[in-house]
Amino acid sequence: MAAPVAVHLEFGGGAELLFDGVKEHHVTLPSQSEPWDMKQLLVWIQRNLLKERPELFVQGDTVRPGILVLINDADWELMGELDYQLLDQDNIVFISTLHGG
Amino acid sequence: MPVLCSSCSEKRAVLKRPKTGHSLCKACFFWAFEEEVHRTIVAAKLFRPGETVGIAASGGKDSTVLAHVMKLLNERHGYGLELMLISVDEGITGYRDDSLETVKRNQQQYELPLKIVSYEELYGWTMDAIVKQVGLKNNCTFCGVFRRQALDRGAIMLKVDKICTGHNADDVAETVLMNILRGDIARLRRCTAISTASEGDGVVPRCKPLKYAYEKEIVLYAYFKKLDYFSTECIYSPNAYRGYARTFLKDLESIRPSSIMDIIHSGENLSVREGVKMPVQGTCSRCGYISSQALCKSCVLLEGLNRGLPKLGIGKHHRLHEKILSQQPLTEQEERKLKSVDF
Repeated sequence: MAAPVAVHLEFGGGAELLFDGVKEHHVTLPSQSEPWDMKQLLVWIQRNLLKERPELFVQGDTVRPGILVLINDADWELMGELDYQLLDQDNIVFISTLHGG
Repeated sequence: MPVLCSSCSEKRAVLKRPKTGHSLCKACFFWAFEEEVHRTIVAAKLFRPGETVGIAASGGKDSTVLAHVMKLLNERHGYGLELMLISVDEGITGYRDDSLETVKRNQQQYELPLKIVSYEELYGWTMDAIVKQVGLKNNCTFCGVFRRQALDRGAIMLKVDKICTGHNADDVAETVLMNILRGDIARLRRCTAISTASEGDGVVPRCKPLKYAYEKEIVLYAYFKKLDYFSTECIYSPNAYRGYARTFLKDLESIRPSSIMDIIHSGENLSVREGVKMPVQGTCSRCGYISSQALCKSCVLLEGLNRGLPKLGIGKHHRLHEKILSQQPLTEQEERKLKSVDF
């Protein structure tokens, strides 16, 4: 059994509006037999944190196109995207780009 | 296992560039992003030394990055430009008043003069009032048309030689798609131009230094540099047609990131068949602004608002413009057509 995983989540660029305007969330994911990955984290976020309009945050298995994801300050495309396995104290940032400039 | 920067091979890569597929560290990314804008500016000969340039600033991500990079490149490469910020207050409560606070902070952070022009003072109408009359479907048409003229007015008040806007690659690609979807051949031909020429009184030439910069990179540049910007969707925009093009483009980008540059490339290299009827550029009979019709769009929209005929500027009612210009009364049927509004 893997230990629970504590992660720091940040929502920006307007995405925070889907989470009651709260930008920073410190969450602890419950322990489970397999390691937590980004795909499962998205499901967890949808179930436990997302306050409204899920279609603005997720699309199918992944985030809605136009939402950037950074894992420990690096583009998640470099980290394996949905397959990245979360480590304790990881910092995940979701930035929406879908607004006026 | 961290990926190393493909440029310096020393530091950890922080992003994968959609344009090139290269993985870059923060410092190399900043350098690549800034120098690409510099190359865009030089290749298109956007500015001349000694010019005064108005940066159209809304407090949003694109214009904040534009202001930051313009100031940086002006110093780094000695463009010799005098930079200023121009901001437009459309009168949208809860959206524009907040983003204007951001522009005021930008003014202090970048130490640039700032001029704010408002729809209220220019036209006597705020967007809030316009939406009450027009509804939520075609309001973006009013805002876009009014804003274009408002920027020109602000630029003239500030006596700038040129305006630059923060339009990015995604914006230009979306516009190409929109013009194809709407069959607007005239706009399709013009919309990828990086700068407009100076044509007529009251029109200041404008350009798009960020034309080839991906929105993703603009956001990451702002994030890593910790630039202060305002990020909320305009409350009146959910039904804008552009939204469909944007969603489509984002889906395309996720499958094939170069799509955005490729669409711009397609737009830039389109030629129009001989014999296709194109609008001829003239001036508005009422205000003298650039126009392809007897009355410019701004005058038509304003007339519609002031007369309680919100649909006057929406749809093709060109034949009625003559009637309006000569102050002839409209028939009851004509009035009814122009009054109906979708909410």
